[in-house]
Amino acid sequence: MAALQRKFDDTEARLSGLTLPEGGWSAATRRDALSRVRSMGLPHARDEYWKYTKPATLVQPEAPAAALFAGEETPIFDDVDRLKVVFVDGVFDPEASDALSMSGITIERLADSNADIHWARDLYGKLELAGQSPVERPLAALNTAFATDGVLIHATAKAEKPVNLIYIHNSETSDAILHHCIKLDEGAELTVLENGPAAARFNKVMEVDVADKATFHHIRTQGRDHERRAATNIFGRLGRESIFKSFTLTANGVLTRNECVLELTGDDAVAHVAGACMGDGDFHHDDTVFITHDAVNCESRQVFKKVLRNGATGVFQGKILVKKGAQKTDGYQISQSLLLDEDSQFLAKPELEIYADDVACSHGSTSGAIDEEALFYLRSRGVPQGHAEDLLTLAFLAEAVLEIEDQDLQDAVNGRIEAWLMRRRTA
Amino acid sequence: MLEIKNLHVKLEEEDKQILKGVDLTIEAGKVHAIMGPNGSGKSTLSYVLSGRNGYEVTEGEATLLGQDILELDPEERAAAGLFLAFQYPVEIPGVGNMTFLRTAVNAQRKARGEEEMSSTEFLKVVREKAKELEIGADMLKRPVNVGFSGGEKKRNEILQMAMLEPKLCILDETDSGLDVDAMKLVSDGVNKLRAPDRGFLVITHYQRLLDHITPDVVHIMYDGRIVKTGGPELALEVEKNGYADIMAESA
Repeated sequence: MAALQRKFDDTEARLSGLTLPEGGWSAATRRDALSRVRSMGLPHARDEYWKYTKPATLVQPEAPAAALFAGEETPIFDDVDRLKVVFVDGVFDPEASDALSMSGITIERLADSNADIHWARDLYGKLELAGQSPVERPLAALNTAFATDGVLIHATAKAEKPVNLIYIHNSETSDAILHHCIKLDEGAELTVLENGPAAARFNKVMEVDVADKATFHHIRTQGRDHERRAATNIFGRLGRESIFKSFTLTANGVLTRNECVLELTGDDAVAHVAGACMGDGDFHHDDTVFITHDAVNCESRQVFKKVLRNGATGVFQGKILVKKGAQKTDGYQISQSLLLDEDSQFLAKPELEIYADDVACSHGSTSGAIDEEALFYLRSRGVPQGHAEDLLTLAFLAEAVLEIEDQDLQDAVNGRIEAWLMRRRTA
Repeated sequence: MLEIKNLHVKLEEEDKQILKGVDLTIEAGKVHAIMGPNGSGKSTLSYVLSGRNGYEVTEGEATLLGQDILELDPEERAAAGLFLAFQYPVEIPGVGNMTFLRTAVNAQRKARGEEEMSSTEFLKVVREKAKELEIGADMLKRPVNVGFSGGEKKRNEILQMAMLEPKLCILDETDSGLDVDAMKLVSDGVNKLRAPDRGFLVITHYQRLLDHITPDVVHIMYDGRIVKTGGPELALEVEKNGYADIMAESA
């Protein structure tokens, strides 16, 4: 009882430091979300869904400080022709951003859209609300209530180029809450790129409504600052023959929890979620995925790979739920870790729950060290040990990285992985 | 070129002596063959020379071109000019064959203080050599040895050998798993590499590989020692009479 009381006390302590934005089309949704947070309570160490990841620092009123990376770094998507939207510690930076206009989409800021009627009213907080069952995601409800900004993108056709959300981290104690809504009309196509450490603590929600025959690609990199913390949620709804593909590269970060909740509601939809992460030392990374099949002949893939060293921890909680009537479902889930030493650990909880009788679902989870046979083979050809280990590590991550369809983006991500490994190469 | 003196080797994990005093000298330009029954220590010799983990040298020495190789890491031995064609080439999913080859070639060049090969030059050379071994573009693009047939794997070993241009080539039962045509391709590949400044050590169970790769010297290994040395006729004798006579002589 005492623990439960503390959960609600901690929740109120967090809420007391936040101000609910008033007015506009989102006001009622925000108030509803706030009452959801109050009734659920924010995550607590005793919660089953937070068994492997301690939520305390994501919940406490003040964001723990996170030192800024001192060196030079070229942002990953700088060579890509894209529309830039820059947030510095969660605050929109108009100087660094491009004009919010591009053919195929309309794009505006959440903080700018205070009219009483807006298309986003039917999306904002709606997929988040649907995603609260059967498992509660209180940090996402908190986000819906208190988000200070974000982008609202309505794609009506094929977007001219990708939208790049860039998150710059400048203040050691920043605590950012951003909420994006992305709506793709029938047949529309859009790629969203995200990169940057964002803030000392970052709470982000992205709701994506993919209509029939629409295609959404999402490539994200989170990294750099070792002490940063993030709790992110993607909520997606997929219509008939639609495609949703998301890839995340994570390097460094004392605590990252990436949740992805997708519902395939139209027949013949395809959903792929992939992640590659690399942790060294004080690193905790949690991928929590929940994919619901509620239509016929849909395909879903979850591919998560983690490279862990010096006591780093990786977590994977992945579920495929196949509802009654979702026949011909093709579900695949793989989560693997490469443990580079004895101190690192990987905690995996793969789940399948199937109520249809004509489906093909497979899942697998493994932890292992570098393959000694392969390592000797490479070394016997003259490749130095450190370099050989890096080649094998890249090869291990490849299945996840190959989920990125665009070759240039794939190369860019591989370049980041190589650089990260190179900085740690011993011999 | 390669000098092995009184080499004693045991397994690290168990207290089992495998090599019990091997003496062997391979001169530049020569092809030496080692034959012997199963368990005589032939493959162990190839692994110890190439630096695989799990073996402990308890006595003796091995030098390549005057350099003590037993103290070197596997990659340093490779850069010094030693190459082992594996009996069972390893599959490496996720690493492209071409990337692997170029990484290896340039790593060795770098270790020797030579200039790295440019991509264009590398491509040109690799295509040429691959063609001779009937290795198509597809095999070069695929991950190292993944999904290769037995013959393709062995041809891929010879391609690596051709690209790396080692001083001493050890072929560990390269004939195992090869049909007649593949045997010819592989042997032609090896014969093309025969050169006055390169030595070969061919380990095999059977005489048939030696029909294609004619050795200068044949050694018979038994119970961790070289018990008999002769010319190519020794291999024919083994083919005809088996190892029994030789084993009886040395027992």
